[in-house]
Amino acid sequence: MTRTKSRLLVLQVLVVSLLALLAVRLWQVQVVRGAEFVAAATETRTRDVVVPAVRGQILDSAGRPLVRNRTRLVVSVDRTSLNRMRGNGKDVLQKLATVLNRRPADLRMRIRACGPGVTRPCWPGSPYQPIPIDDDVTTREALQILERQEEFPGVTAEVQAVREYPGSTAAAQALGYLQPITQEELDRRDGFKAVFSGVDLVGRDGLEAVYDRALRGVPGLRRVQVDRLGKVIGVERQVPPTPGDTLITSIDAKVQAVTEKALAEAMKSAPAADGAAGVVLDVRTGRVVALASAPTYDPTVWTGGISEVEYQRLLSGKAGKPLVSRAIKGEFAPGSTFKVSSVSAMLNDGYPLHGHYDCPGSYMVGSRAFSNFRGAGLGTLTLHTALVKSCDTIFYRAAYEQWLRDGGLRPRGKTKEPMANMARAFGFGRPTGVDLPGESAGRIPDREWKKRIWEATKAENCRRAKTGYPEVARGSSSRAAFLKQLAYENCLEGYQWRPGDAANFSIGQGDVLVTPLQLAAAYAALVGDGRLRSPRLGWALVRPDGTMVKEIEVPVVGRLPLSPTERAYIKGALSQVPSDGTAAGAFAGFPMDKVKIGGKTGTAEVYGKADTSWFASFAPADKPRFVVVVMVSQGGMGGQTAAPAVRKIYEGIYGIAPQAHSPGRPVRAALPAGRPARELPMIKRDGTVAR
Amino acid sequence: MAVPGGGALARRAVAASSAVRRMDGVLLVAVAALTVIGTMLVWSSTRTWAPGSTGLVKRHILNVAIGIALTSAAVMVNHRSLRIYAPLVYAVSLLGLLVVLTPLGATVNGAHSWIMLGGGFAFQPSEFAKLGLVLMLALLLAHTSRGTDRPRGLDVGISLGVAGFTMGLVMLQPDLGTTMVLGVITAGALVMAGIRKRWIFGLALVVVCGGVAVWLLDVLEPYQIARFTAFLNPASDPRGVGYNSTQSLIAIGSGGVFGKGLFGGGQTTGRFVPEQHTDFIFTVAGEEFGFLGSVTVVVLIGVILLRGMRIARQCDDRFGTLVAGVIVCWLAFQSFVNIGMTIGIMPITGLPLPFVSYGGTATFANMIGIGLLQAIHIREQPF
Repeated sequence: MTRTKSRLLVLQVLVVSLLALLAVRLWQVQVVRGAEFVAAATETRTRDVVVPAVRGQILDSAGRPLVRNRTRLVVSVDRTSLNRMRGNGKDVLQKLATVLNRRPADLRMRIRACGPGVTRPCWPGSPYQPIPIDDDVTTREALQILERQEEFPGVTAEVQAVREYPGSTAAAQALGYLQPITQEELDRRDGFKAVFSGVDLVGRDGLEAVYDRALRGVPGLRRVQVDRLGKVIGVERQVPPTPGDTLITSIDAKVQAVTEKALAEAMKSAPAADGAAGVVLDVRTGRVVALASAPTYDPTVWTGGISEVEYQRLLSGKAGKPLVSRAIKGEFAPGSTFKVSSVSAMLNDGYPLHGHYDCPGSYMVGSRAFSNFRGAGLGTLTLHTALVKSCDTIFYRAAYEQWLRDGGLRPRGKTKEPMANMARAFGFGRPTGVDLPGESAGRIPDREWKKRIWEATKAENCRRAKTGYPEVARGSSSRAAFLKQLAYENCLEGYQWRPGDAANFSIGQGDVLVTPLQLAAAYAALVGDGRLRSPRLGWALVRPDGTMVKEIEVPVVGRLPLSPTERAYIKGALSQVPSDGTAAGAFAGFPMDKVKIGGKTGTAEVYGKADTSWFASFAPADKPRFVVVVMVSQGGMGGQTAAPAVRKIYEGIYGIAPQAHSPGRPVRAALPAGRPARELPMIKRDGTVAR
Repeated sequence: MAVPGGGALARRAVAASSAVRRMDGVLLVAVAALTVIGTMLVWSSTRTWAPGSTGLVKRHILNVAIGIALTSAAVMVNHRSLRIYAPLVYAVSLLGLLVVLTPLGATVNGAHSWIMLGGGFAFQPSEFAKLGLVLMLALLLAHTSRGTDRPRGLDVGISLGVAGFTMGLVMLQPDLGTTMVLGVITAGALVMAGIRKRWIFGLALVVVCGGVAVWLLDVLEPYQIARFTAFLNPASDPRGVGYNSTQSLIAIGSGGVFGKGLFGGGQTTGRFVPEQHTDFIFTVAGEEFGFLGSVTVVVLIGVILLRGMRIARQCDDRFGTLVAGVIVCWLAFQSFVNIGMTIGIMPITGLPLPFVSYGGTATFANMIGIGLLQAIHIREQPF
């Protein structure tokens, strides 16, 4: 028994020391390392769910929505959890396809990450975001998924706001579109990052991109407690999202629609036409009333992941690249519409305003004869008539004389370049600074530019001058010979600003390129107060309850170096073009007594293509409120294609019944008072618009 | 009015009340306190199973009530006469283990160790096998073949055979944890019975070699090896087998000094630790009652074990001493392994924490064990 008792003592010591070991370890785990485990516990127990803010609407100047939100039931798939499953969640996708009545292969395609060699539909967003695979499911389908979560792990159905375009194609390029945010863009953002949200989109083009930050709002955060299966069992912290601001634009939806219709009809009337643009500016404010580009498309295609066919169609040249806004990105030779700049350059250079100028059928610029349109001489003209009848030779002569005064081929010291400098004063050659992304600068060539180009292309031109163009010669030997001669000349003396360059410049040909918006802004400055403004589409940002965040100012970026008299003189000349000049045919029967239109046609030659048709106009001619510019690429003569389109736009704005030669139902006036909206639409506290 | 037999009843009542008075009060209080704590923890860990769910805690209280009745019955037993029943208890426990292996047995959590009784009640014969083995080994080793108090080879051999039979049946389920407890019971009984030191070392060597052989011969289930690997390196697979130990450490560690309060444990509410009302119930104590609470549990267990050893020492009867000592070994091993696995100093094995974990049969077996300790205490007290 004593042995047993002594061994019991040993057991006692053993038990006490083991219990002491437990206590020491508990001290270590709970007291010493307590904080560390508290942090680990918080991490395992909570999930941060970013609640995306409702994106702000985009309204027109009367408060009509151009882009609004519609709630939809969106089904998303979390690829990370699918990848953890057997067969990468093939069974789940199969079941999901059955519920959604889609092909499983289609769903599988949608959840692949976009990348080189991956055709659409694919997922361009972050791989950690749930991928929306169907953004318009019925309640019944959503319930089938939500009620059987154990059968659909990693699949969620939730209500999300998606963009809706009440005007369908209206101002599609100007409004832009949304795309899922990329990881890099997400990293650059501050605030709560919506890593778990499948709806984090970013404006990719147009106003959606420029005003993205304001429209987006501030996402909220919900820190939820989850159990070990990830099921939410409570909310720990909640920061509500701040909805995005509403962007009120100066676009008038009705004028916009009229403009787009006019462009579409103009394209139809000119068989070769491959694109068109229309700009309506408010002369007094510099705000954009309409900005259209044809061909256009319906931006709804972007919601819910675009299909490969649709995407390729949007990018293809065959469909006319409808994503590109020709109004701000299209660069075209302006033709005679550019003469307002050239005539200003003459006045600035000392040519008398009330002088008389000879307009022969052709004029020798250096060793080469430059002809009027159709070679007709018009006698002695005032500058007024020169503009109305669109005489070219007067401008050739002036350009040549200025070229000679600048030193001709061998300029010494600083050249004056009156034509190029005046063009720059009109805002050509640099972006207008409109609140849209990707604007083109256009091109104002001069001696300096010529030299730069020559230096950049010298090597290639000199090589081609020797080798010629054998690959072109197979098709057309005359064209190959022409190209070889061109290469030879460019190699030898391509740096020279030749008299022909100066002459071509003066009538908006040669290397001069402008965008329709640049031309509209220039005309607005000319017929308005002489100040050049950077046009704006955005008018104001307001909170959803109507409180003003900020009014978007239209910055004045320049002043035309012309006296009011000179501007009034040019304006007066242009006012006669639609009644007596090159646009008289297009405006035949237009009630000029009611609304007098002023403007200038342009027919720009493009090598190897049909002419670019232009009409730059303003109305009412005496006290202009609108500048309307229409450009039809490969549209032919300005008076034939662009001017009738402009006429239709004015008919729409003022509610003028169309004439017999362009039949149609009478148009209701888009702006009955004949003036653009002057005050912002009132947005009431509940977000509705007071009309 | 005198009722025939009334005198006998009264005598019994007096005997019972004096028995109650002569019970080890400290042991009684410690067990009661641990049971109350256990009930709260079971409540806390099962209340989120369904809104307002109290089904499991009610069942736990019923289990405890049955356990108290069984304890009372055990207290009434004179342990001197218990040795007559010991072979019977052992035989019945073996029968239970055999029945489990028939189609009457059911599988829960990978171990085929349950007999379903219907109405949601189940019975786990391996828990009673512990009691049966305790009594049988005490009987064999208290009354050695030569009448000495040092067991000879024959006694050791018979004891090992008896133990091996029970352990073999439990291994068939398979239930590694219970097998280990049975092994500790056997080792405890042999050592305390006073076998020679060379026997001790020899048997220890056999156990070690056997362990190595088991490891090398792939006898263990893969998950058992994985658990052991995960114990050595919990970070090796934090989402798989290492998940339990990682989550259990997080739950206990996040309790800090004072804990998050009853029902306040987020890890418990989120049920991040699996089996948190049975094998991992100590994590609930750690998270909700903090260091102070979890040490209290350890101290209460310590009190029970020390009182048990005191009873073993005070007993003049070799059978009583061995029964008490081996019960202490059993409870000590099971408590240490259970708490140790939740705080990462022991590998994960499916053993409940005595008096705290949910589980009917285990509660009954533990309670009867305590009843036996009290019975030995009462009978050995000088009148």
